[in-house]
Amino acid sequence: MTTPLVEIENLTVRFSGARDVYAVNGVNLTLNPGETLSILGESGSGKSVTLKTLLRILPENRTTIGGAIRVQGTDVLALSGKALADHRGGVVSMIFQDPMLALDPVYTIGEQIAETVMRHEGASAAEGKARALEMLTRVRIPSPERRLKAYPHEMSGGMRQRAMIALALACKPKLLLADEPTTALDATVQIQILLLLRELQREFGMGMIFVTHDVGVAVEISDRVAVMYAGQLVETGSIRDIIRDPQHPYTRGLLAANLHGAVKGARLDAIPGAPPALHAAPNACSFAERCAHAQDRCRAELPPRVTLGERREVRCILPEMAKA
Amino acid sequence: MLLYIAKRVLYTLPVALGVSIVCFMLVHIAPGDPLTSVLPPDASAQLQAEMRRLYGFDRPLPVQYGLWLLKTLQGDLGTSIATGRAVAVELWSAMGNTLMLAVLATAIGFVLGCLFGFVAGYFRDSWIDKLASFVSIIGVSVPHYWLGMVLVIIFSVQLNWLPATGAGPGGSADWVWDWAHIRHLILPAVTMSVIPMGIVARTVRALVADILSQEFIVGQRAKGLLDLGVLRHVIKNAAPTALAVMGLQLGYLLGGSILIETVFSWPGTGFLLGQAIFQRDLPLLQGTILVLAMFFVALNLIVDVVQTLLDPRVQRS
Repeated sequence: MTTPLVEIENLTVRFSGARDVYAVNGVNLTLNPGETLSILGESGSGKSVTLKTLLRILPENRTTIGGAIRVQGTDVLALSGKALADHRGGVVSMIFQDPMLALDPVYTIGEQIAETVMRHEGASAAEGKARALEMLTRVRIPSPERRLKAYPHEMSGGMRQRAMIALALACKPKLLLADEPTTALDATVQIQILLLLRELQREFGMGMIFVTHDVGVAVEISDRVAVMYAGQLVETGSIRDIIRDPQHPYTRGLLAANLHGAVKGARLDAIPGAPPALHAAPNACSFAERCAHAQDRCRAELPPRVTLGERREVRCILPEMAKA
Repeated sequence: MLLYIAKRVLYTLPVALGVSIVCFMLVHIAPGDPLTSVLPPDASAQLQAEMRRLYGFDRPLPVQYGLWLLKTLQGDLGTSIATGRAVAVELWSAMGNTLMLAVLATAIGFVLGCLFGFVAGYFRDSWIDKLASFVSIIGVSVPHYWLGMVLVIIFSVQLNWLPATGAGPGGSADWVWDWAHIRHLILPAVTMSVIPMGIVARTVRALVADILSQEFIVGQRAKGLLDLGVLRHVIKNAAPTALAVMGLQLGYLLGGSILIETVFSWPGTGFLLGQAIFQRDLPLLQGTILVLAMFFVALNLIVDVVQTLLDPRVQRS
């Protein structure tokens, strides 16, 4: 058995403010080296927050993090100062949803990549620039020499995202976090970026956690899927198991709510209701209010964790009852 | 674009003409005769009439204006009644002194303003922010002539470190860059710097706070940059706006400050203007007001044109 690249144990994240928000409520997750996991869920389900916790880039003064996160055995929550900065971009790095916002508008792409290399590897400016050129070539940006000197606003959306990927991979991280990297792109460009990411992930042998709300994207890119709802993972398993045999009612609803095979004029399947406000820690099944199978027990206590096989888990009473 | 600039320059011509009429008329509307202050009280009526004729005060106003404008356009601003020297010469040396003072004051104000503003924006809502904001509010609201006098009392009268007035041991005429002269520059420059300091500090604070809230700052941290590295990004993003504000402040201070220059007897344009008023030195007063007014007309023109160059949307409105 390999040692996992990422181990998340009972992670909780709470934002304090005028009203507290319980964004992540007890997430358990493991990722093996070289494996790709998609976190699937709707807006506000805590996917991005989970990702950002791995890099510790949430606003520190209003965030309370509980539980444990280990990356390559290192306790991420205990890092601080230079060790934390070494972790960010060196061991774990991240691709943001909108590269236009995530790249500094007044520095060229080349400068921004070189800066990272110089910071992590103590490289000279010339070495940094050489690496930047190499990375731009590897993400297949046309005429990379010219693009080194380009500012973010001078590039197209797809090219910017390629540059962002080049930046994230510049220091050969062990883990790549991708926060809806294709959401802001055209459909045709989306596929190119997905294929590029999958290819680079294999080439670099990285683990990758990919956050998306698009089932199709998750199928395209991942080995495993974790379905997230209201700050909890409701179902995890291999992509094949989840697609073929979804167990949690929310997963089923999510898979049914797509346009493939939809008939014109017929009503689309959608999950009724809206996700709960997360102003208190959950003490019952968060999905019960929208669930057709909900029972008294669902509203009285947290749903059980049911293990259905190796690394396949569902948080629902239904599979438990089916097993019994 | 060139057409727009040409049009904009053309628009300033009537403004300039209007300014010149106002300059000319202002002096004539004011009561009293410019000659009474230079002539001895017991001067004969014949001498007075002679002097009037010599300075052209006996002619109708429109003729006086026409002649004055014609000479002014040729660069001849007349002769100062009080000193007997050419107004252009007096103005030239005064502008040099004001330039020196304004540049130094802006430099001090910009450096301190950036420092305060940066610290305040970076540690927003902490006590450091409140302290820095307090200092910058004091800077914009304290009366500057009063501050000048307080500084004179402390550093000249009590401590006897710096001279209170003047532009050097040799008088205003010959400035040399040595300590004996620079000592005279320090107090007026520090007093004057308080204005741009307050404004720059408030601008930079807002800028830094805004930049820090943007996503690319999280992006820089996610790259693994340490605080110093992130700071580099904040600075380069804040620089263009901060520099623009500095430029405007410099332009504003270049106009001279009557109050500060009078408090320190600094021989700049503001001081010259004050002197001209008190001595009823008509040609000097007219010349100084005209040059200062033209300076502001030109400044506005430059700001408009530069803005058009930077932001193409300005043209459409």
